[in-house]
Amino acid sequence: MSLFNVASVLVGLGGWALLAWIGVQGLPGPYAVAGRFVELIGDGTWLADTLASLRRVVLGFALGTLCAVPAGFLMGWYRLARGLLEPYVQFFRTIPPLAIIPLAIVLMGIDETPKIFVIFLASFLASVIATFQGVVSVDNTLINAARVLGAKDRVVFIRVVIPASTPFILVGMRVGLGSAWATLVAAELIAAQQGLGYRMQQAQLFYDLAAIFVSLITIGVIGLLMDRGLLWMERHLTDWQERR
Amino acid sequence: MTATTTGRPEPEISFREVTQVFQVKGTDFTAVDGISLDIPNREFVTVVGPSGCGKSTLLNIAAGLVQPTGGQILVGGRPVSGPSPERGVIFQAYALFPWLTVRKNVEFGLKVAGVPAAVRRERARHFIDLVGLTDFADALPKTLSGGMKQRCAIARAYAVNPKVLLMDEPFGALDALTRVRMQDTLLEAWGKEQRTVMFVTHDVDEAVYLANRVVVMAARPGRIHRIVEVDLPYPRTEQIRLSPRFAELRNEVWHATYHQPQLDAEPA
Repeated sequence: MSLFNVASVLVGLGGWALLAWIGVQGLPGPYAVAGRFVELIGDGTWLADTLASLRRVVLGFALGTLCAVPAGFLMGWYRLARGLLEPYVQFFRTIPPLAIIPLAIVLMGIDETPKIFVIFLASFLASVIATFQGVVSVDNTLINAARVLGAKDRVVFIRVVIPASTPFILVGMRVGLGSAWATLVAAELIAAQQGLGYRMQQAQLFYDLAAIFVSLITIGVIGLLMDRGLLWMERHLTDWQERR
Repeated sequence: MTATTTGRPEPEISFREVTQVFQVKGTDFTAVDGISLDIPNREFVTVVGPSGCGKSTLLNIAAGLVQPTGGQILVGGRPVSGPSPERGVIFQAYALFPWLTVRKNVEFGLKVAGVPAAVRRERARHFIDLVGLTDFADALPKTLSGGMKQRCAIARAYAVNPKVLLMDEPFGALDALTRVRMQDTLLEAWGKEQRTVMFVTHDVDEAVYLANRVVVMAARPGRIHRIVEVDLPYPRTEQIRLSPRFAELRNEVWHATYHQPQLDAEPA
Protein backbone atom coordinates (compact mmCIF):
# COMPACT_ATOMS: atom_id res chain seq x y z
CA MET A 1 0.00 0.00 0.00
CA SER A 2 1.36 3.37 -0.87
CA LEU A 3 1.82 6.26 1.48
CA PHE A 4 -0.95 8.11 -0.32
CA ASN A 5 -3.38 5.24 0.36
CA VAL A 6 -2.59 5.37 4.09
CA ALA A 7 -2.84 9.14 4.20
CA SER A 8 -6.16 9.05 2.36
CA VAL A 9 -7.63 6.53 4.82
CA LEU A 10 -6.49 8.63 7.79
CA VAL A 11 -8.01 11.77 6.30
CA GLY A 12 -11.25 9.87 5.68
CA LEU A 13 -11.40 8.68 9.29
CA GLY A 14 -10.67 12.22 10.45
CA GLY A 15 -13.50 13.60 8.31
CA TRP A 16 -15.86 10.99 9.66
CA ALA A 17 -14.89 11.82 13.27
CA LEU A 18 -15.38 15.52 12.54
CA LEU A 19 -18.84 14.97 11.06
CA ALA A 20 -19.86 12.93 14.13
CA TRP A 21 -18.41 15.53 16.46
CA ILE A 22 -20.17 18.55 14.94
CA GLY A 23 -23.33 16.55 15.40
CA VAL A 24 -24.85 14.97 12.28
CA GLN A 25 -28.07 13.57 13.73
CA GLY A 26 -27.43 10.09 15.17
CA LEU A 27 -24.12 9.48 13.35
CA PRO A 28 -21.72 7.54 15.57
CA GLY A 29 -18.02 8.43 15.35
CA PRO A 30 -15.16 6.01 14.69
CA TYR A 31 -14.54 5.69 18.39
CA ALA A 32 -18.12 4.68 19.18
CA VAL A 33 -18.10 2.18 16.33
CA ALA A 34 -14.83 0.66 17.54
CA GLY A 35 -16.38 0.33 21.00
CA ARG A 36 -19.46 -1.44 19.60
CA PHE A 37 -17.16 -3.66 17.54
CA VAL A 38 -15.33 -4.80 20.68
CA GLU A 39 -18.68 -5.54 22.36
CA LEU A 40 -19.93 -7.58 19.42
CA ILE A 41 -16.70 -9.55 19.33
CA GLY A 42 -16.95 -10.04 23.10
CA ASP A 43 -20.40 -11.64 23.05
CA GLY A 44 -19.55 -13.76 20.02
CA THR A 45 -22.18 -12.36 17.64
CA TRP A 46 -19.64 -10.80 15.27
CA LEU A 47 -17.79 -14.04 14.70
CA ALA A 48 -20.99 -16.07 14.35
CA ASP A 49 -22.46 -13.58 11.86
CA THR A 50 -19.28 -13.31 9.84
CA LEU A 51 -18.85 -17.08 9.67
CA ALA A 52 -22.48 -17.58 8.67
CA SER A 53 -22.13 -15.04 5.85
CA LEU A 54 -18.76 -16.37 4.71
CA ARG A 55 -20.07 -19.90 4.63
CA ARG A 56 -22.90 -18.93 2.32
CA VAL A 57 -20.68 -16.95 0.00
CA VAL A 58 -17.94 -19.54 -0.19
CA LEU A 59 -20.35 -22.42 -0.79
CA GLY A 60 -22.41 -20.56 -3.40
CA PHE A 61 -19.40 -19.11 -5.14
CA ALA A 62 -17.48 -22.41 -5.22
CA LEU A 63 -20.47 -24.33 -6.56
CA GLY A 64 -21.22 -21.61 -9.10
CA THR A 65 -17.67 -21.45 -10.41
CA LEU A 66 -17.26 -25.23 -10.46
CA CYS A 67 -20.35 -25.58 -12.63
CA ALA A 68 -19.65 -22.48 -14.74
CA VAL A 69 -16.17 -23.37 -15.96
CA PRO A 70 -17.08 -26.74 -17.53
CA ALA A 71 -20.32 -25.27 -18.89
CA GLY A 72 -18.41 -22.36 -20.42
CA PHE A 73 -15.89 -24.73 -21.99
CA LEU A 74 -18.68 -26.85 -23.44
CA MET A 75 -20.36 -23.77 -24.87
CA GLY A 76 -17.15 -22.52 -26.40
CA TRP A 77 -16.01 -25.85 -27.83
CA TYR A 78 -19.20 -27.55 -29.01
CA ARG A 79 -21.73 -25.85 -31.23
CA LEU A 80 -24.45 -28.12 -29.85
CA ALA A 81 -23.77 -27.18 -26.23
CA ARG A 82 -23.70 -23.52 -27.20
CA GLY A 83 -27.02 -23.79 -28.96
CA LEU A 84 -28.64 -25.53 -25.99
CA LEU A 85 -27.22 -23.45 -23.13
CA GLU A 86 -26.96 -19.99 -24.63
CA PRO A 87 -30.63 -18.99 -24.51
CA TYR A 88 -30.84 -19.77 -20.77
CA VAL A 89 -27.56 -18.11 -19.93
CA GLN A 90 -28.39 -14.98 -21.91
CA PHE A 91 -31.88 -14.79 -20.45
CA PHE A 92 -30.96 -15.29 -16.80
CA ARG A 93 -28.06 -12.91 -17.20
CA THR A 94 -30.50 -10.05 -17.68
CA ILE A 95 -32.29 -10.83 -14.39
CA PRO A 96 -30.49 -9.54 -11.30
CA PRO A 97 -30.04 -12.59 -9.01
CA LEU A 98 -31.68 -10.54 -6.24
CA ALA A 99 -34.93 -10.54 -8.19
CA ILE A 100 -34.95 -14.34 -7.86
CA ILE A 101 -34.93 -14.18 -4.04
CA PRO A 102 -38.68 -13.91 -3.43
CA LEU A 103 -39.32 -16.86 -5.72
CA ALA A 104 -36.43 -18.85 -4.22
CA ILE A 105 -37.75 -18.30 -0.69
CA VAL A 106 -41.22 -19.45 -1.63
CA LEU A 107 -39.93 -22.54 -3.43
CA MET A 108 -37.00 -23.48 -1.20
CA GLY A 109 -38.01 -22.27 2.25
CA ILE A 110 -36.28 -19.76 4.48
CA ASP A 111 -33.23 -21.82 5.48
CA GLU A 112 -29.83 -21.81 3.79
CA THR A 113 -30.87 -23.23 0.41
CA PRO A 114 -32.40 -20.13 -1.24
CA LYS A 115 -29.51 -17.91 -0.14
CA ILE A 116 -26.86 -20.28 -1.39
CA PHE A 117 -28.86 -20.76 -4.56
CA VAL A 118 -28.98 -17.07 -5.49
CA ILE A 119 -25.27 -16.69 -4.72
CA PHE A 120 -24.62 -19.75 -6.86
CA LEU A 121 -26.62 -18.17 -9.66
CA ALA A 122 -24.78 -14.85 -9.40
CA SER A 123 -21.31 -16.38 -9.57
CA PHE A 124 -22.30 -18.99 -12.14
CA LEU A 125 -23.57 -16.42 -14.63
CA ALA A 126 -20.48 -14.24 -14.32
CA SER A 127 -18.03 -17.12 -14.76
CA VAL A 128 -19.88 -19.00 -17.48
CA ILE A 129 -19.91 -16.01 -19.80
CA ALA A 130 -16.24 -15.25 -19.12
CA THR A 131 -15.13 -18.84 -19.74
CA PHE A 132 -17.18 -19.02 -22.92
CA GLN A 133 -15.63 -15.75 -24.14
CA GLY A 134 -12.20 -17.10 -23.26
CA VAL A 135 -12.62 -20.24 -25.34
CA VAL A 136 -14.10 -18.38 -28.29
CA SER A 137 -11.28 -15.85 -28.37
CA VAL A 138 -8.39 -18.32 -28.30
CA ASP A 139 -6.06 -17.29 -31.13
CA ASN A 140 -6.66 -19.58 -34.08
CA THR A 141 -2.97 -19.46 -35.01
CA LEU A 142 -2.11 -21.04 -31.65
CA ILE A 143 -4.54 -23.87 -32.33
CA ASN A 144 -3.04 -24.35 -35.80
CA ALA A 145 0.47 -24.25 -34.34
CA ALA A 146 -0.46 -27.06 -31.96
CA ARG A 147 -2.11 -29.07 -34.72
CA VAL A 148 0.90 -28.91 -37.04
CA LEU A 149 3.01 -30.12 -34.12
CA GLY A 150 0.86 -33.24 -34.02
CA ALA A 151 -1.76 -32.31 -31.40
CA LYS A 152 -5.24 -33.80 -31.83
CA ASP A 153 -8.43 -32.18 -30.50
CA ARG A 154 -8.08 -33.45 -26.93
CA VAL A 155 -4.49 -32.23 -26.61
CA VAL A 156 -5.33 -28.90 -28.25
CA PHE A 157 -8.08 -28.47 -25.69
CA ILE A 158 -5.97 -29.36 -22.66
CA ARG A 159 -2.71 -27.73 -23.66
CA VAL A 160 -3.92 -24.70 -25.60
CA VAL A 161 -7.56 -23.83 -24.98
CA ILE A 162 -7.48 -24.23 -21.19
CA PRO A 163 -4.34 -22.18 -20.55
CA ALA A 164 -5.32 -19.55 -23.12
CA SER A 165 -8.71 -19.00 -21.46
CA THR A 166 -7.40 -18.89 -17.89
CA PRO A 167 -7.13 -15.07 -17.81
CA PHE A 168 -10.76 -14.78 -18.90
CA ILE A 169 -11.90 -17.28 -16.27
CA LEU A 170 -10.11 -15.41 -13.51
CA VAL A 171 -11.68 -12.13 -14.53
CA GLY A 172 -15.07 -13.87 -14.51
CA MET A 173 -14.37 -15.22 -11.03
CA ARG A 174 -13.56 -11.75 -9.74
CA VAL A 175 -16.75 -10.32 -11.18
CA GLY A 176 -18.63 -13.34 -9.83
CA LEU A 177 -17.25 -12.94 -6.34
CA GLY A 178 -18.22 -9.27 -6.23
CA SER A 179 -21.69 -10.13 -7.40
CA ALA A 180 -21.96 -13.07 -4.96
CA TRP A 181 -21.04 -10.89 -2.01
CA ALA A 182 -23.53 -8.19 -2.98
CA THR A 183 -26.26 -10.78 -3.44
CA LEU A 184 -25.52 -12.39 -0.10
CA VAL A 185 -26.00 -9.25 1.93
CA ALA A 186 -29.26 -8.47 0.18
CA ALA A 187 -30.49 -12.03 0.69
CA GLU A 188 -29.72 -11.80 4.39
CA LEU A 189 -31.53 -8.49 4.69
CA ILE A 190 -34.68 -10.17 3.43
CA ALA A 191 -34.64 -13.43 5.32
CA ALA A 192 -32.07 -14.81 7.72
CA GLN A 193 -31.56 -15.64 11.39
CA GLN A 194 -27.85 -14.93 11.31
CA GLY A 195 -25.28 -13.14 9.19
CA LEU A 196 -23.93 -9.67 8.59
CA GLY A 197 -26.95 -8.55 6.56
CA TYR A 198 -29.34 -9.89 9.20
CA ARG A 199 -27.40 -8.03 11.94
CA MET A 200 -27.74 -4.76 10.06
CA GLN A 201 -31.43 -5.28 9.64
CA GLN A 202 -31.83 -5.97 13.38
CA ALA A 203 -29.65 -2.99 14.28
CA GLN A 204 -31.87 -0.79 12.12
CA LEU A 205 -34.92 -1.89 14.14
CA PHE A 206 -33.18 -0.97 17.42
CA TYR A 207 -31.62 2.24 16.07
CA ASP A 208 -28.18 0.76 16.75
CA LEU A 209 -26.22 2.71 14.12
CA ALA A 210 -22.83 1.71 15.46
CA ALA A 211 -23.65 -1.96 14.87
CA ILE A 212 -24.68 -1.13 11.30
CA PHE A 213 -21.29 0.48 10.79
CA VAL A 214 -19.54 -2.58 12.21
CA SER A 215 -21.33 -4.82 9.71
CA LEU A 216 -20.72 -2.47 6.80
CA ILE A 217 -17.03 -2.21 7.51
CA THR A 218 -16.75 -5.98 7.95
CA ILE A 219 -18.49 -6.56 4.61
CA GLY A 220 -16.21 -4.06 2.88
CA VAL A 221 -13.01 -5.43 4.37
CA ILE A 222 -13.84 -9.08 3.66
CA GLY A 223 -14.91 -8.27 0.10
CA LEU A 224 -11.69 -6.38 -0.46
CA LEU A 225 -9.57 -9.19 0.97
CA MET A 226 -11.26 -11.83 -1.18
CA ASP A 227 -10.81 -9.69 -4.29
CA ARG A 228 -7.13 -9.16 -3.48
CA GLY A 229 -6.76 -12.92 -3.06
CA LEU A 230 -8.17 -13.56 -6.53
CA LEU A 231 -6.08 -10.73 -7.97
CA TRP A 232 -2.99 -12.32 -6.49
CA MET A 233 -3.99 -15.65 -8.00
CA GLU A 234 -4.54 -13.97 -11.35
CA ARG A 235 -1.12 -12.34 -11.27
CA HIS A 236 0.43 -15.63 -10.30
CA LEU A 237 -1.32 -17.81 -12.89
CA THR A 238 -1.31 -15.44 -15.84
CA ASP A 239 2.06 -13.87 -15.38
CA TRP A 240 2.88 -14.94 -18.94
CA GLN A 241 0.48 -12.40 -20.47
CA GLU A 242 1.88 -9.46 -22.36
CA ARG A 243 0.36 -6.53 -20.53
CA ARG A 244 -0.10 -3.37 -22.50
CA MET B 1 15.38 -40.39 -48.18
CA THR B 2 12.95 -41.73 -50.77
CA ALA B 3 14.26 -42.34 -54.27
CA THR B 4 12.54 -44.04 -57.18
CA THR B 5 14.11 -46.94 -59.00
CA THR B 6 14.72 -44.70 -61.99
CA GLY B 7 17.39 -42.90 -59.96
CA ARG B 8 15.74 -39.49 -60.12
CA PRO B 9 14.77 -38.27 -56.67
CA GLU B 10 11.04 -38.35 -56.07
CA PRO B 11 9.68 -34.88 -55.35
CA GLU B 12 9.21 -34.35 -51.62
CA ILE B 13 6.31 -31.97 -52.19
CA SER B 14 4.14 -32.35 -55.24
CA PHE B 15 1.21 -30.08 -56.07
CA ARG B 16 -0.97 -31.62 -58.74
CA GLU B 17 -3.52 -29.36 -60.39
CA VAL B 18 -4.33 -27.83 -57.01
CA THR B 19 -7.30 -25.50 -57.08
CA GLN B 20 -8.86 -23.53 -54.28
CA VAL B 21 -12.13 -21.73 -54.75
CA PHE B 22 -13.60 -19.64 -51.95
CA GLN B 23 -17.19 -18.48 -51.78
CA VAL B 24 -17.26 -14.73 -51.23
CA LYS B 25 -20.77 -13.31 -50.87
CA GLY B 26 -22.24 -15.98 -53.06
CA THR B 27 -19.73 -15.59 -55.90
CA ASP B 28 -16.78 -17.90 -56.49
CA PHE B 29 -13.31 -16.50 -55.96
CA THR B 30 -10.48 -18.60 -57.37
CA ALA B 31 -7.55 -18.17 -54.99
CA VAL B 32 -5.44 -20.91 -56.58
CA ASP B 33 -6.06 -22.07 -60.12
CA GLY B 34 -4.77 -25.50 -61.08
CA ILE B 35 -1.23 -25.19 -59.78
CA SER B 36 1.25 -27.98 -60.39
CA LEU B 37 4.67 -27.77 -58.79
CA ASP B 38 7.27 -30.32 -57.73
CA ILE B 39 9.74 -29.54 -54.99
CA PRO B 40 12.58 -32.09 -54.76
CA ASN B 41 13.93 -33.35 -51.47
CA ARG B 42 16.10 -30.79 -49.64
CA GLU B 43 15.35 -28.00 -52.03
CA PHE B 44 14.78 -24.48 -50.71
CA VAL B 45 11.95 -22.93 -52.71
CA THR B 46 10.67 -19.42 -52.14
CA VAL B 47 7.30 -18.23 -53.40
CA VAL B 48 6.74 -14.54 -54.17
CA GLY B 49 3.88 -12.70 -55.73
CA PRO B 50 1.45 -9.81 -55.30
CA SER B 51 -1.09 -10.02 -52.51
CA GLY B 52 -4.06 -12.15 -53.44
CA CYS B 53 -2.00 -14.47 -55.63
CA GLY B 54 -2.77 -17.38 -53.31
CA LYS B 55 0.77 -18.02 -52.07
CA SER B 56 -0.29 -18.34 -48.44
CA THR B 57 -3.26 -20.48 -49.44
CA LEU B 58 -0.89 -22.79 -51.28
CA LEU B 59 1.24 -23.11 -48.17
CA ASN B 60 -1.77 -23.75 -45.92
CA ILE B 61 -2.86 -26.48 -48.31
CA ALA B 62 0.58 -28.08 -48.05
CA ALA B 63 0.34 -27.82 -44.25
CA GLY B 64 -2.99 -29.60 -44.31
CA LEU B 65 -4.72 -26.66 -42.62
CA VAL B 66 -6.82 -26.00 -45.73
CA GLN B 67 -8.40 -28.68 -47.93
CA PRO B 68 -8.12 -27.82 -51.62
CA THR B 69 -11.35 -27.78 -53.59
CA GLY B 70 -9.61 -29.48 -56.50
CA GLY B 71 -6.46 -31.43 -57.26
CA GLN B 72 -4.13 -33.18 -54.91
CA ILE B 73 -0.99 -32.56 -52.94
CA LEU B 74 1.52 -35.28 -52.10
CA VAL B 75 4.21 -34.98 -49.47
CA GLY B 76 6.73 -37.81 -49.35
CA GLY B 77 4.57 -39.59 -51.92
CA ARG B 78 1.46 -39.64 -49.72
CA PRO B 79 -1.59 -37.43 -50.14
CA VAL B 80 -2.01 -34.76 -47.47
CA SER B 81 -5.26 -35.03 -45.55
CA GLY B 82 -4.56 -32.90 -42.47
CA PRO B 83 -1.82 -31.33 -40.39
CA SER B 84 1.05 -33.59 -39.38
CA PRO B 85 4.31 -33.15 -37.48
CA GLU B 86 6.20 -34.30 -40.57
CA ARG B 87 5.35 -30.90 -42.06
CA GLY B 88 6.57 -28.16 -39.76
CA VAL B 89 4.95 -24.74 -40.15
CA ILE B 90 6.37 -21.38 -39.15
CA PHE B 91 3.83 -18.59 -38.99
CA GLN B 92 4.33 -14.88 -39.48
CA ALA B 93 2.74 -14.18 -36.09
CA TYR B 94 5.24 -16.53 -34.36
CA ALA B 95 2.39 -18.44 -32.69
CA LEU B 96 4.46 -19.29 -29.62
CA PHE B 97 2.47 -20.51 -26.62
CA PRO B 98 2.84 -17.45 -24.37
CA TRP B 99 2.44 -19.44 -21.12
CA LEU B 100 5.38 -21.72 -21.94
CA THR B 101 9.07 -20.90 -21.75
CA VAL B 102 11.26 -21.13 -24.85
CA ARG B 103 12.32 -24.64 -23.83
CA LYS B 104 8.76 -25.81 -23.18
CA ASN B 105 7.64 -24.34 -26.49
CA VAL B 106 10.36 -26.23 -28.32
CA GLU B 107 9.49 -29.41 -26.41
CA PHE B 108 5.75 -29.10 -27.17
CA GLY B 109 5.65 -31.32 -30.25
CA LEU B 110 7.92 -33.91 -28.62
CA LYS B 111 5.67 -34.03 -25.57
CA VAL B 112 2.62 -34.54 -27.78
CA ALA B 113 4.48 -37.41 -29.45
CA GLY B 114 5.18 -38.97 -26.04
CA VAL B 115 8.97 -38.60 -26.18
CA PRO B 116 10.54 -39.24 -22.73
CA ALA B 117 11.50 -36.14 -20.75
CA ALA B 118 15.28 -36.66 -20.90
CA VAL B 119 15.31 -37.12 -24.68
CA ARG B 120 12.95 -34.20 -25.06
CA ARG B 121 15.20 -31.94 -23.10
CA GLU B 122 18.29 -32.98 -25.02
CA ARG B 123 16.64 -32.43 -28.43
CA ALA B 124 15.22 -29.11 -27.34
CA ARG B 125 18.63 -27.98 -26.14
CA HIS B 126 20.19 -28.94 -29.46
CA PHE B 127 17.77 -26.85 -31.51
CA ILE B 128 17.74 -23.95 -29.07
CA ASP B 129 21.52 -23.83 -29.46
CA LEU B 130 21.17 -24.11 -33.23
CA VAL B 131 19.10 -20.93 -33.44
CA GLY B 132 21.24 -19.11 -30.87
CA LEU B 133 18.77 -18.90 -27.98
CA THR B 134 20.88 -20.82 -25.45
CA ASP B 135 20.77 -18.06 -22.85
CA PHE B 136 17.01 -17.62 -23.18
CA ALA B 137 15.87 -21.23 -22.80
CA ASP B 138 13.93 -20.43 -19.62
CA ALA B 139 12.53 -17.09 -20.75
CA LEU B 140 8.85 -16.51 -21.46
CA PRO B 141 7.96 -15.32 -24.99
CA LYS B 142 6.78 -11.93 -23.71
CA THR B 143 10.36 -11.07 -22.76
CA LEU B 144 11.73 -11.84 -26.25
CA SER B 145 12.13 -9.54 -29.26
CA GLY B 146 10.36 -10.38 -32.53
CA GLY B 147 13.50 -11.92 -34.00
CA MET B 148 14.06 -14.08 -30.93
CA LYS B 149 10.45 -15.23 -30.97
CA GLN B 150 10.84 -16.36 -34.56
CA ARG B 151 14.11 -18.15 -33.70
CA CYS B 152 12.17 -20.02 -31.01
CA ALA B 153 9.45 -20.89 -33.54
CA ILE B 154 12.09 -22.22 -35.93
CA ALA B 155 13.61 -24.36 -33.17
CA ARG B 156 10.13 -25.62 -32.25
CA ALA B 157 9.39 -26.61 -35.84
CA TYR B 158 12.76 -28.34 -36.20
CA ALA B 159 12.44 -30.24 -32.90
CA VAL B 160 9.84 -32.71 -34.17
CA ASN B 161 12.17 -33.59 -37.03
CA PRO B 162 9.88 -32.69 -39.93
CA LYS B 163 10.77 -33.70 -43.48
CA VAL B 164 9.37 -30.44 -44.76
CA LEU B 165 9.40 -26.89 -43.41
CA LEU B 166 6.64 -24.55 -44.53
CA MET B 167 7.25 -20.91 -43.75
CA ASP B 168 4.55 -18.27 -44.22
CA GLU B 169 6.20 -14.82 -44.42
CA PRO B 170 8.07 -15.65 -41.24
CA PHE B 171 10.16 -12.48 -41.22
CA GLY B 172 7.41 -10.18 -42.48
CA ALA B 173 6.93 -8.47 -39.12
CA LEU B 174 10.63 -7.85 -38.47
CA ASP B 175 12.67 -4.72 -39.15
CA ALA B 176 15.07 -4.76 -42.12
CA LEU B 177 18.24 -5.38 -40.09
CA THR B 178 16.78 -8.19 -37.99
CA ARG B 179 15.30 -9.68 -41.13
CA VAL B 180 18.73 -9.97 -42.79
CA ARG B 181 20.17 -11.55 -39.67
CA MET B 182 17.27 -14.00 -39.45
CA GLN B 183 17.82 -15.02 -43.07
CA ASP B 184 21.39 -15.96 -42.20
CA THR B 185 20.26 -17.81 -39.05
CA LEU B 186 17.74 -19.75 -41.10
CA LEU B 187 20.25 -20.65 -43.83
CA GLU B 188 22.77 -21.68 -41.20
CA ALA B 189 20.24 -23.97 -39.53
CA TRP B 190 19.17 -25.30 -42.94
CA GLY B 191 22.81 -25.91 -43.87
CA LYS B 192 23.25 -28.10 -40.81
CA GLU B 193 19.83 -29.73 -40.79
CA GLN B 194 18.70 -29.90 -44.39
CA ARG B 195 15.00 -30.12 -44.99
CA THR B 196 12.77 -29.40 -47.91
CA VAL B 197 11.66 -25.81 -47.47
CA MET B 198 8.79 -23.90 -48.98
CA PHE B 199 9.10 -20.27 -47.98
CA VAL B 200 6.45 -17.67 -48.80
CA THR B 201 7.49 -14.02 -48.85
CA HIS B 202 6.65 -10.70 -50.48
CA ASP B 203 10.27 -9.54 -50.36
CA VAL B 204 12.12 -10.09 -53.65
CA ASP B 205 15.61 -9.79 -52.07
CA GLU B 206 14.72 -12.35 -49.46
CA ALA B 207 13.28 -14.69 -52.08
CA VAL B 208 16.47 -14.65 -54.15
CA TYR B 209 18.89 -14.75 -51.23
CA LEU B 210 17.42 -17.87 -49.64
CA ALA B 211 16.34 -20.03 -52.54
CA ASN B 212 17.45 -22.68 -54.97
CA ARG B 213 14.41 -21.69 -56.97
CA VAL B 214 12.06 -18.74 -56.85
CA VAL B 215 8.46 -19.35 -57.82
CA VAL B 216 6.79 -16.12 -58.92
CA MET B 217 3.02 -16.19 -58.76
CA ALA B 218 0.37 -14.03 -60.38
CA ALA B 219 -3.04 -13.07 -59.01
CA ARG B 220 -6.61 -13.38 -60.24
CA PRO B 221 -6.62 -16.25 -60.50
CA GLY B 222 -3.65 -17.35 -58.41
CA ARG B 223 -1.22 -19.22 -60.64
CA ILE B 224 2.47 -19.72 -61.28
CA HIS B 225 3.82 -16.94 -63.47
CA ARG B 226 7.51 -17.82 -63.70
CA ILE B 227 10.12 -19.97 -62.03
CA VAL B 228 13.61 -18.54 -61.65
CA GLU B 229 16.54 -20.86 -60.92
CA VAL B 230 19.01 -19.28 -58.50
CA ASP B 231 22.45 -20.53 -59.53
CA LEU B 232 24.28 -19.07 -56.54
CA PRO B 233 26.25 -21.38 -54.27
CA TYR B 234 25.59 -22.06 -50.59
CA PRO B 235 26.58 -20.94 -48.03
CA ARG B 236 25.20 -17.56 -49.03
CA THR B 237 27.24 -14.68 -47.75
CA GLU B 238 27.19 -10.91 -47.79
CA GLN B 239 29.55 -11.11 -50.75
CA ILE B 240 26.96 -13.07 -52.69
CA ARG B 241 24.23 -10.67 -51.63
CA LEU B 242 26.25 -7.79 -53.13
CA SER B 243 27.42 -9.66 -56.23
CA PRO B 244 26.45 -8.70 -59.82
CA ARG B 245 24.87 -12.12 -60.38
CA PHE B 246 22.61 -11.61 -57.35
CA ALA B 247 21.60 -8.22 -58.76
CA GLU B 248 20.74 -9.82 -62.12
CA LEU B 249 18.60 -12.50 -60.52
CA ARG B 250 16.98 -9.91 -58.31
CA ASN B 251 16.10 -7.83 -61.40
CA GLU B 252 14.67 -10.86 -63.10
CA VAL B 253 12.48 -11.78 -60.13
CA TRP B 254 11.53 -8.15 -59.61
CA HIS B 255 10.31 -7.79 -63.18
CA ALA B 256 8.46 -11.07 -63.02
CA THR B 257 6.77 -9.95 -59.80
CA TYR B 258 5.93 -6.34 -60.54
CA HIS B 259 5.41 -6.33 -64.31
CA GLN B 260 2.94 -9.07 -64.90
CA PRO B 261 0.60 -9.13 -67.90
CA GLN B 262 -2.84 -8.18 -66.67
CA LEU B 263 -5.10 -11.13 -67.23
CA ASP B 264 -8.19 -9.88 -65.50
CA ALA B 265 -10.50 -12.22 -67.31
CA GLU B 266 -12.57 -12.65 -64.15
CA PRO B 267 -14.86 -9.95 -62.84
CA ALA B 268 -13.32 -8.39 -59.74
